[in-house]
Amino acid sequence: MIVEPDRDRALQIADSLRDAGYQNLKVIAEPSSLSRHIASYAPDVVLIDMANPSRDMLEEMALASGPLERPVAMFVDRSDDQLTAAAIEAGVSAYVVDGLRSDRVKPIMDAAIARFRMIQRMRNELTETKRALEERKVIDRAKGMVMKARGVSEDEAYALLRSAAMDQSKRIAEVAAALVASAGLLS
Amino acid sequence: MNVTRLDVGFIPLVDAAPLICCSEMGFAREEGLDLRLRAYPSWSSLRDGLCFGQLDAAHMLAAVPVASALGLGGTAAQLHALAVLSVNGNVIGVSRDLARKIEAQGHDFAFDDARAAGQALIAAKGDGLRVGVPFPFSMHAELVYYWLSALGLPAPQKLIVRTVPPPQMADALEAGELDAFCVGEPWGSRSVEAGVGKLLLPCSEIWSFAPEKVLAVRAGWTDTHPNEAHRLTRALWRAARWLGTQDTASLVPEILSRPHYLDLSPDLLEHALTGQFTISAEGEARHAKSFVAFFQGAANFPWRSQAEWIGSQLAKRTGLDPVESAHAARATFRSDVYRAALDGIAPDLPSASVKLEGALAEASAAGSLGGRLILDRNVFFDGRIFEPIQ
Repeated sequence: MIVEPDRDRALQIADSLRDAGYQNLKVIAEPSSLSRHIASYAPDVVLIDMANPSRDMLEEMALASGPLERPVAMFVDRSDDQLTAAAIEAGVSAYVVDGLRSDRVKPIMDAAIARFRMIQRMRNELTETKRALEERKVIDRAKGMVMKARGVSEDEAYALLRSAAMDQSKRIAEVAAALVASAGLLS
Repeated sequence: MNVTRLDVGFIPLVDAAPLICCSEMGFAREEGLDLRLRAYPSWSSLRDGLCFGQLDAAHMLAAVPVASALGLGGTAAQLHALAVLSVNGNVIGVSRDLARKIEAQGHDFAFDDARAAGQALIAAKGDGLRVGVPFPFSMHAELVYYWLSALGLPAPQKLIVRTVPPPQMADALEAGELDAFCVGEPWGSRSVEAGVGKLLLPCSEIWSFAPEKVLAVRAGWTDTHPNEAHRLTRALWRAARWLGTQDTASLVPEILSRPHYLDLSPDLLEHALTGQFTISAEGEARHAKSFVAFFQGAANFPWRSQAEWIGSQLAKRTGLDPVESAHAARATFRSDVYRAALDGIAPDLPSASVKLEGALAEASAAGSLGGRLILDRNVFFDGRIFEPIQ
């Protein structure tokens, strides 16, 4: 069972598990119905993104130990520290139901970890790109302001910003952001 | 001085204030520490981040280190508490439906009487009352169990306590999945703002001096990093003193509201810090005295008897051996490390590391090394006194 509100990501994870030979995959998007779904589908393993706040609900189920309830034992036990560390690094947490044997868990986790790593890399790339774009915009605005105020060319304006950044041992984007922010106060 | 970097995780809540202010107001710097604060989405992720060494220390529910010592839950490593970060700070609220029933019985939502509020709640719903808490091992859960079972609503027969992440509490209430909740601020006020809940009682009325969050580290960390442990404890103590003794009412909500901390409006965060609550969508106002304490009454001292109280409650609930659990629990609150860190810094430290819990009807002087220590009021709503084992 995979708990993931984003449909595309859920399908990607399901695909990679299917490629690794696993059947009967169930995707849950709605966190509030988690316990009901687990009770009715009785999965072997529940995979959930560590960034998902609903994970705490699974912790509670790990405590249910009545004879008729299927305990969801936390995978993060002492059995395989390396695998666990890799899972945490990749941002995936898993709950094993009814003591599934660890040799059966490992391949599932390996596939999930690989997929989560890829998703994480894409996420990082996206934030990096967004940040770079944002910085570019701010630098352009700061450049425009310097050009206007000092009556210099674009290249000269950039050189001024760069030397100001070097003097203050800051990044150009930081100096530009400070300039744009304080100019906002004056206008 | 060499600057040491420490990675510290927190959950975006008002009671993360000591950690956030420790970093923002320069208390960490004074001790040569560079705190890298990281917000976590859930208690289990934060706990795992700490257990597996992504973090050096964390803002943690007081019951989590105790549960780890008792072998409960999915904890992969033993955790210890170096200091208490906050005392109390949670609030109990009910759905609007249930609020109407409680009002119809004539309860006034006075916000200061745990017995009356609990009896009204039981009379309005009784069997099968569903209460949401943020985590299975939390003071939220323990105080709800303590309060309602003392008033004749035993769990699990008649009371169902469920884990719901705080940001989803209002939705769960609206969807009819919960009748009531017990949650840290600002999430109680958030449910009022969203028009789905009414606040019934601050948890400080159940136990006036309940340890709420602690500074948690891996059990071995204090041995391998004694110097860092002491510096971090001192920096936090200074931040707590600043929070507890200076006029910070307008500044702290602003700092906490920043996007990389709580990312919520400062107005919403003020309630907990001032004790001035709006309890319903109709705008009824109530005041909670000592809703949350960061410093007053030796709030930061990690009393071994506090850990033992939590351990004994958990043991009762899960059928563990009470004496063994008490011993395991009290070892998790490191009053020894706290003393060593603050020796010569804090003006006064208690002479004992255990006390009777619930035995101080009003703030009083306590046995201390310098003779100047005042402990805060410490009572349970039902007058019981918890005596730690010798």
